[in-house]
Amino acid sequence: MTLPGGHADLTALRDAIASGTARAEEACAATFAGIKAHGAALNAYHETFEEDALARARAVDADRAAGKPLPPLAGVTIAVKDNICTVRGHTTCSSRMLGNYRSPFDATAVERLERAGAVVVGKTNLDEFAMGSSGEHCRWGRVANPWDTGRVPGGSSAGSAAAVAAGLCAAAIGSDTGGSIRQPAAFCGIVGLKPTYGRISRWGLVAFGSSLDQIGPMTRSVRDAALLLDCMSGTDDRDSTVADRPPTSLAACVERPLDGLRVGMPRQYMSDANDPEVNEAVAACADAYRAMGATIVDVDLPLTDVGISTYYVIAPAEASSNLARYDGIRYGHRAAMRPGDDLAALYARSRAEGFGPEVQRRIMLGTYMLSSGYYDAFYKRALQARRRIKEEFDRAFAACDVLLGPTAPTPAFAFGANDDPLAMYMCDVYTVNTNIAGICGLSLPAGFASRGGKALPIGVQLQANAFEEERLLRAARMLERAMAPRTSANAPAVHA
Amino acid sequence: MAKEASAPSLTAAQVAHVARLARLELDPASIERFRPQLAAVLGNIAKLDSVDLAGAEPMAHPFESHNRLADDVPVEGLPIEAILMNAPAVEGRFLAVPKVLAEES
Repeated sequence: MTLPGGHADLTALRDAIASGTARAEEACAATFAGIKAHGAALNAYHETFEEDALARARAVDADRAAGKPLPPLAGVTIAVKDNICTVRGHTTCSSRMLGNYRSPFDATAVERLERAGAVVVGKTNLDEFAMGSSGEHCRWGRVANPWDTGRVPGGSSAGSAAAVAAGLCAAAIGSDTGGSIRQPAAFCGIVGLKPTYGRISRWGLVAFGSSLDQIGPMTRSVRDAALLLDCMSGTDDRDSTVADRPPTSLAACVERPLDGLRVGMPRQYMSDANDPEVNEAVAACADAYRAMGATIVDVDLPLTDVGISTYYVIAPAEASSNLARYDGIRYGHRAAMRPGDDLAALYARSRAEGFGPEVQRRIMLGTYMLSSGYYDAFYKRALQARRRIKEEFDRAFAACDVLLGPTAPTPAFAFGANDDPLAMYMCDVYTVNTNIAGICGLSLPAGFASRGGKALPIGVQLQANAFEEERLLRAARMLERAMAPRTSANAPAVHA
Repeated sequence: MAKEASAPSLTAAQVAHVARLARLELDPASIERFRPQLAAVLGNIAKLDSVDLAGAEPMAHPFESHNRLADDVPVEGLPIEAILMNAPAVEGRFLAVPKVLAEES
């Protein structure tokens, strides 16, 4: 399955536009035709910018005709998760709280993509404030999986994943606090990269867990992820937590296989609790690496399942603090005044009306765990466990270059299957530790599971140590190439 | 990945207290709905008990971060119109809020 016009991925489309074999305006118009045909079935987008996007695409075609040099993303369509600020349209976080919010500035990541020539087609739906693993907790309706519209696309970057998988944009960006790029990428059969913490500026990303959040690419190929990372990464005066490092230049080297690659397989990742087809796909990837001359190293990560406990202290604690700013005074939803209301009453009703149940649950958890008498028992101990998890990764990466395992324990589940919040949190067991330790991780397609006659994508995850994106992406590209016969065997049911 | 058996009990009064701290106006039905859900998650966090944390330095941030100071150069802020365009209620060039101080008796 290709993008409209027969282009395999964003890079192929970019090359076709640059060489004149495709026109940006035509590609953009085809994208909007796809959105009109399939948008309702998937609910991937909350808002699209057709006129504006077509005008930008026309400008790229004009620049090319005039012989001007084209920037690296000239004319390709990009979707932006709706918790990333854009001056164009709204930035709602799929929440009633920010239902009418218009950002006065663009996120650094968006600014850089546009400067590189990308055409932003719209804002994609998410689990409210990026809290969720299914795409069901969206104020604007649940998002569906293009492979089976009775199933979830994963979350929280649900709309971005569905849009990329269905060809409703050439690529998208999402945010990942505990797996929100990688898990939906796995469920929708695409590539999702969570870069090292600090690799991409968080300026303009609506804060959820400030020590965990990271923006990243969601793409049809590993090389596309490399290209988008190159365009978005690098230092930024507006984010004091961004790494003081130059932008990456990985698109140039991603095709080069790694010699002597050591692939670590943590035994805790191959749990019996995983779907057997997931474990089979991971084993097939290990075989593929072996066949390419890599060494498979047995790795012990005993703290793997402590990650969820650690994460569901740190993330809600940071969220309760970050979301305290929504009080209905300066911006966001304000409840109707009632006689006798004081400010506190107005805050409390505005927040109760503005936030959905999952967001309220996490605010409550964080508030409880940070409250007097509980701080040491929960928050401090979670930060100590975080140190142990980081140390465990450091030991593992002394013995191997990348870690291989499943992205999620199962393929996409049916709507409503994980209504119990704790069961939903368990979907993140293989992804949260990446954020806890601040390292980088990537999900890529590795095969399919069969459910009721439908093929559902299975994703595998590679992780590498902090700022080792080159190793991560080159190892991923090797695997992508080796697994292509398997991963190209089926196509999404809904596709432009 | 089974649910922890020893989920701590959480009283409705405790949940109501946390809701007050979190500035969320919750009715009794919402409090009752949240109570077992929060207890289950808190019970799962008891897994931290299994980890030897002795001597582990709390890690609030992935990297040892140092304060990065910007050059002391004035930059343009956002114009007032850009700020007020999202305000739920304005009076002239100000955000309108309910009365903050009680009337003097």
